[in-house]
Amino acid sequence: MNEQKNLEGFEKIINADKKVEPRDWMPEDYRKHLIRQISQHGHSEIIGMQPEGNWITRAPSLRAKLILLAKVQDEAGHGLYLYSATETLGISREELVEQLQTGKAKYSTIFNYPAVTWADMGTIGWLVDGAAIVNQISLQRTSYGPYSRAMIRICKEESFHQRQGYEIMTHMARGTAEQREMAQDALNRWWWPSLMMFGPHDSNSPNTGKAIRWKIKRDSNDDLRQRFIDKTAKQADVIGLTIPDPKLQWNDERGHYDFGEIDWAEFDRVVKGDGPCNKQRIAHHLKAHKDGAWVREAASVYAAKRAKKAA
Amino acid sequence: MADIKDTQWPLWEVFVQANSGIPHKHAGSVHAPDKEMALTNARDLYTRRNEGTSIWVVPSNSVVASNPNDSDMLFDPANDKIYRHPTFYIMPEGAVGI
Amino acid sequence: MTKQEALFKYTLRLGDNSLILGHRLSEWSSYAPILEEDLALTNIALDLIGRAQALLKYAAEIESKARTEDDLVFKRAERQFLNVLLLEQPNGDFAMTIARQIFNSAFELLLFEELSKSKDEMLASLATKCLKEVKYHWRHAYDWLQRLGDGTDESHARMQKAINDLWMFTGELFEIDEVETILINDAIVIDTRELHDKWLTKISDAIKTATLTHPAEGYMQTGGRIGIHTENLGFILAEMQYLPRAYPDAKW
Repeated sequence: MNEQKNLEGFEKIINADKKVEPRDWMPEDYRKHLIRQISQHGHSEIIGMQPEGNWITRAPSLRAKLILLAKVQDEAGHGLYLYSATETLGISREELVEQLQTGKAKYSTIFNYPAVTWADMGTIGWLVDGAAIVNQISLQRTSYGPYSRAMIRICKEESFHQRQGYEIMTHMARGTAEQREMAQDALNRWWWPSLMMFGPHDSNSPNTGKAIRWKIKRDSNDDLRQRFIDKTAKQADVIGLTIPDPKLQWNDERGHYDFGEIDWAEFDRVVKGDGPCNKQRIAHHLKAHKDGAWVREAASVYAAKRAKKAA
Repeated sequence: MADIKDTQWPLWEVFVQANSGIPHKHAGSVHAPDKEMALTNARDLYTRRNEGTSIWVVPSNSVVASNPNDSDMLFDPANDKIYRHPTFYIMPEGAVGI
Repeated sequence: MTKQEALFKYTLRLGDNSLILGHRLSEWSSYAPILEEDLALTNIALDLIGRAQALLKYAAEIESKARTEDDLVFKRAERQFLNVLLLEQPNGDFAMTIARQIFNSAFELLLFEELSKSKDEMLASLATKCLKEVKYHWRHAYDWLQRLGDGTDESHARMQKAINDLWMFTGELFEIDEVETILINDAIVIDTRELHDKWLTKISDAIKTATLTHPAEGYMQTGGRIGIHTENLGFILAEMQYLPRAYPDAKW
């Protein structure tokens, strides 16, 4: 009886397009879905620091170095915003970290690809952040208050990320022959994985139905993917790079670009752990975590000592 | 080192004042072992882009929040007290500065 | 040595110090003990690399040989870098980084305070800006020194080892040579030797409060300021300069 009343109250909030707040009653599945989605989003920011972080010490100008360092720092910050939002659902940071390290929680498959050349700093900003932004703009309207607020803040801060990536690509595409080659090569390697960031086709996405009904997700995977392709195809034209998809073509009737089929076998393989960097990314995270354990412990012990003295 | 349970430190709520003269607004949270670091962590996270002139940090477990189940009791009774709002009053035609 | 040459070299030394320490701190990105500390260390690195950019730009202007700040960063060889040895030492464990931070930020706090009164307007205004940042760097290092020194047995031991190991690099901070002598006469810089006592008091107090033991006095290493470095610098440059050296015609 009470449960029924609670559910009605919850659905009333959802239907009125209002936000669900941490202390509101929510169905257990809604809570679980949010924890999974927001933490996955947070883990992606954190693991996403690695491929770019690996180029900070090698950035080719002081300006590029400052930008990249600030960008990777933003990713740490965004991971933190998202972890904070997840923690409002009753899960601790300790648990979140453990879920990431044991593979219980996932992160975006895109970060299991290596950042091989400097041009990859361009494609990561342009394509990976570009895809993320399409998704995040949509998620600003998500029904869970803390998640929505994190998304609004993140979108505001990330607006420079994609632009700096596209700027790198522009310089390289208009640079020496070697730079052009590097830029095209990076686009070839990152294009398909960035399309995979939107997840499986709607017809093949078991969680989409509920997530859309509860307004956790506001647009479907395929719609978001199309939105990304439409704007990115034109940007590639502007700088004279070729998107590695022979089927990519403007369709006047649909008012969208048509495009080729994604290699879903590859997607599944990388999700399951056999991407080029899956093991490396988690090992890196574990190393930092273990190397830092004595520091975290010392700070806690010191705080306790001081509290005791003050008492 | 024996099996030490990991700690990510306690949680703190962060309130940032964007400019002097306006209220502090909840920005999010950070983890820190003590109040000094809670403050510097909040500064490093929430004011990277000149967003603040002042910060408050409060241990999350010290925040007392109202229960949503009490919302009817707490907030609905204010609904019919429209005389608290200026638009409730009808001013004569031509009156200005009021 | 002309006054212009002295000012160039002095500014270059300051710029190289910021650059190399900024580089080292940026290596912490995604490796810090906790996410919040990742942001804190990166913020300091950003301050330092931004400062290096401003100083090296000014150095290039003084030199007037059409070199840019990027030329100075990416096209000089090991022997031409003039940073002190302390700042090129590896990050080590977190305690080692904190020891490096506290020695250097205590020094910079005193240096920039004085430099903000320099007769050279550009240096004075840069120092004024840096001083605000350095106050924060000092507090960050000081607080961590206390936490680690007076934390667990393990953190105490690590912190003690770190200050002991890096102690021999602190003497170089206070050296002067012909470069400074010329500029001291014109009231552009002060005699850094005069800062040593204040620095020592600051550091000794911090070490004592953190329940640590003052490192034993011993031989002080020297050489960085005239371009004779530890082996660490070569690796830093190999990484830092790789792209502009591999593709000399490219603009990024």
